[in-house]
Amino acid sequence: MAFLEVVNLEAFYGPIQALHGISFSLEQGGITTILGANGAGKTTTLRSICGMVKTAGQITFDGVSISGKKTENIVRHRVAHVPEGRGTFVRVTTEENLRLGAYTLKKSQEIADGMERVYSYFPRLKERRNQQAGTLSGGEQQMLAVGRALMLRPRLMLLDEPSFGLAPLIVQELFEILGTINTEENVSMLLVEQNATLALKLADNAYLLETGRVVISGTSEEISADETIRQSYLGY
Amino acid sequence: MEELIQQVLGGIATGAIYACIALAVVMIYQAIDHFNFAQGEMAMFSAFLTWQMIDWGANYWVAFFVCIVISFIGGIAIERIVFAPLHNAPVFTHIVVFIALFQIFNAGAGFIWEFTIKEFPSPFPEKLPFDTVLIGPHELGMTLITLIMLGLIFMFFRFTPIGLAMRAAAASPESARLVGISVSWMVALGWGLAAAIGAVGGMMIAPVVYLEPNMMLGILLYGFAGAVVGGLTSPGGAVVGGFLMGVIEPLAGMAIGSGLKLTVALVVIVIILIFKPSGLFGRVVVQRV
Amino acid sequence: MTASTLQNTDPNTRSNLRRNPADSLRVFGMTMQQIRRGSIIIAVLIALFAPFAVEDFSVFQMTQVIYLSIAVLGLNLLTGFNGQFSLGHSAFMALGAYTAGIMMAQWEIAYYWTIVPAGLICFVAGFLFGLPALRLEGLYLALATFALAVAAPQLLKYERFEHYTGGVQGLDLFKDDSPIAFLSNDQWWYYFSLFFGFLLIIAAWNLVRGRTGRAMIAIRDNPIAATTMGINTSVYKATTFGVSGLYCGVAGALSAIVVEFIAPESFTFIHAILLLIAMVIGGLASIPAAIIGGAFILYVPTFSEALVDTFFGGDPSSKALVWVSFGVVMVVVVSIMPMGFAGFIRWNLRKLAR
Repeated sequence: MAFLEVVNLEAFYGPIQALHGISFSLEQGGITTILGANGAGKTTTLRSICGMVKTAGQITFDGVSISGKKTENIVRHRVAHVPEGRGTFVRVTTEENLRLGAYTLKKSQEIADGMERVYSYFPRLKERRNQQAGTLSGGEQQMLAVGRALMLRPRLMLLDEPSFGLAPLIVQELFEILGTINTEENVSMLLVEQNATLALKLADNAYLLETGRVVISGTSEEISADETIRQSYLGY
Repeated sequence: MEELIQQVLGGIATGAIYACIALAVVMIYQAIDHFNFAQGEMAMFSAFLTWQMIDWGANYWVAFFVCIVISFIGGIAIERIVFAPLHNAPVFTHIVVFIALFQIFNAGAGFIWEFTIKEFPSPFPEKLPFDTVLIGPHELGMTLITLIMLGLIFMFFRFTPIGLAMRAAAASPESARLVGISVSWMVALGWGLAAAIGAVGGMMIAPVVYLEPNMMLGILLYGFAGAVVGGLTSPGGAVVGGFLMGVIEPLAGMAIGSGLKLTVALVVIVIILIFKPSGLFGRVVVQRV
Repeated sequence: MTASTLQNTDPNTRSNLRRNPADSLRVFGMTMQQIRRGSIIIAVLIALFAPFAVEDFSVFQMTQVIYLSIAVLGLNLLTGFNGQFSLGHSAFMALGAYTAGIMMAQWEIAYYWTIVPAGLICFVAGFLFGLPALRLEGLYLALATFALAVAAPQLLKYERFEHYTGGVQGLDLFKDDSPIAFLSNDQWWYYFSLFFGFLLIIAAWNLVRGRTGRAMIAIRDNPIAATTMGINTSVYKATTFGVSGLYCGVAGALSAIVVEFIAPESFTFIHAILLLIAMVIGGLASIPAAIIGGAFILYVPTFSEALVDTFFGGDPSSKALVWVSFGVVMVVVVSIMPMGFAGFIRWNLRKLAR
């Protein structure tokens, strides 16, 4: 069984069904990206894995079923979600945000080490450690969101449109760091992106969603190479 | 002039109690976006518990701290048993349940301890170590105790991981869940703290207004006024607002007579809610369609 | 759908649309509409003839039920039908009661002239309170009205008004005996109150059934959508507050006249809570519920207190246990039966229907 296995996932917002039985998987250490237009259900997929939406279907992480569990308990399986809009705690400092990321850790040494690690990936955060997080720039807040996710020593990281609203250079920098985190920390990643080019460069595999269904899946090379897919779905 | 200072200092002392109630109200408001109309009655009930323990022979400070612990647990219990199941219920349901709680504590205290007025002991010495007519020993004592408690609460929120987690849960509940915080238990904790803070307020004011089931209604009103003045989204603001109302009370009394004190609170509440709903220190909440 | 159905020019279909389709459901061989009409007729008959079947004190209690029901109806119009929460309606009852009381005690005006002024003054007061209340949403309005209820008794005791209000002692009121020979005093006050009760219930029924009622309910359910449909929510909300005040004012005036005594302690926050309890237990947004509520707050406490007395031996504080259980009942009712007893009965009837 794969590290993360999703089988026939359906998701509901009240009476409205957003996902109509999607299935995909992610191998340990791998990066998979979920692509699609607005409203395709990409964010819903991530929220479903985290228990933030009403779902039906099977979600298994490292052999353990996490479908139907509460968000705060799923997090304890070391699944970190970098949400759409970053979810920064804007009224506390950068460092307090990181400390909150470490909420599930017990040992203070682990927490201190974790912070050092995050600062080594994102030196700019170290400069702003005592600044109120709401005053950070968009790119810095995104880094903070990733850093906060890292603090819980995740085995799986879910990222929801990390490139959103960021300047291209910053995005490039961020994606390079994500790649490093993936290889050095052995953090598997499920990446939702609108920016298909970047996502396909980083990821090993890709799934394409359209109105709550998987329409295409394959390795990144296959999908980038296929002209019809690129033109019909990825817009280039 | 001396009288003015006396009144203001006395006002600061009662303001300390209003600050307690205001803080408790804001803490619950931040947790669940509702007003605990029963906050005063809970504090009164706690004061009665202390009175009962003392009546059975306990030492004042022992009873004081036991009451705080019982109130803390009681607050958590009320949240878990009554409010957690209702958290998706409409606003009206919440209001009705709070009023029902008011009724239960008010009548419950009357049933257990009767409606006759009782004396509540003050733990502070009869005379101050220094000579002054400006402030009495109990007034000074209750201000100090309240300030110490508020200081401890402030340090709890600022410097402890749980305090940080509670602040995060109140500000951004979804993000809080994503770092593993159980928002629902943070709400319960908030209730426990609010109940404990209210208990301290009740125990400190009881010697002044005498212990009886209806003693807290006017104080609750001033507490609400303090919370509204300070800003319903700001615990620090609530404390400031409480002290402000404490000082406004005697000053208004000197200006328009003491028979209209509750009306003053009513006017303050209505005017602030209409013209500056965010209060002095709060943030404006945008209502989405 | 054909064009003619859309335009709805056929007189038969038009009246069919006005009728509530649920009315045709049958329970025990009768339609819902027949059940409703039958219940109303029975209720009216009981109301008209009951005073002759019971002794005077019971008639006095029934009179109390009448004005309490009027007050609960007033609150229900505001909260149940229009969605504005008020914890302060004891203040409007006080205003009505004191208007009537002052007219009778200080200006020697006969009691039957006091009802209309009391109602009108409370309408204006309600409307004036409703204007700033427009800016206050649910919870904040509850807080503002809570403050009103808490401040009102002290205001009534204010020394500068003592000359009129009688201060803490209140006012003793006197009125003439029954003008009709074969009616005892209590019976006369009963029919006097019943007259206003019928008037106000019919007025409320018409209000709620018509365009105004639909506008009120629309404002309750989705105020922003109501505005986009062209409803002037401000006017409706403030007016509903006024109407609600009027009802409580009349109820207060009746209470003053019937009880012949008013004091500030008769109109405290606890009384506002009582009205709320009555409304919740009777049922929101329902006119018959007001009568159930009124009856409830009069009879159930008296009955329960008597029950408690037999266990605890007449100690006044033991009666408080009744009020503790009321709180518990409120929580249960609002959690399980959000539409109160009236809604519960309606729901059960529907379930039995075919």
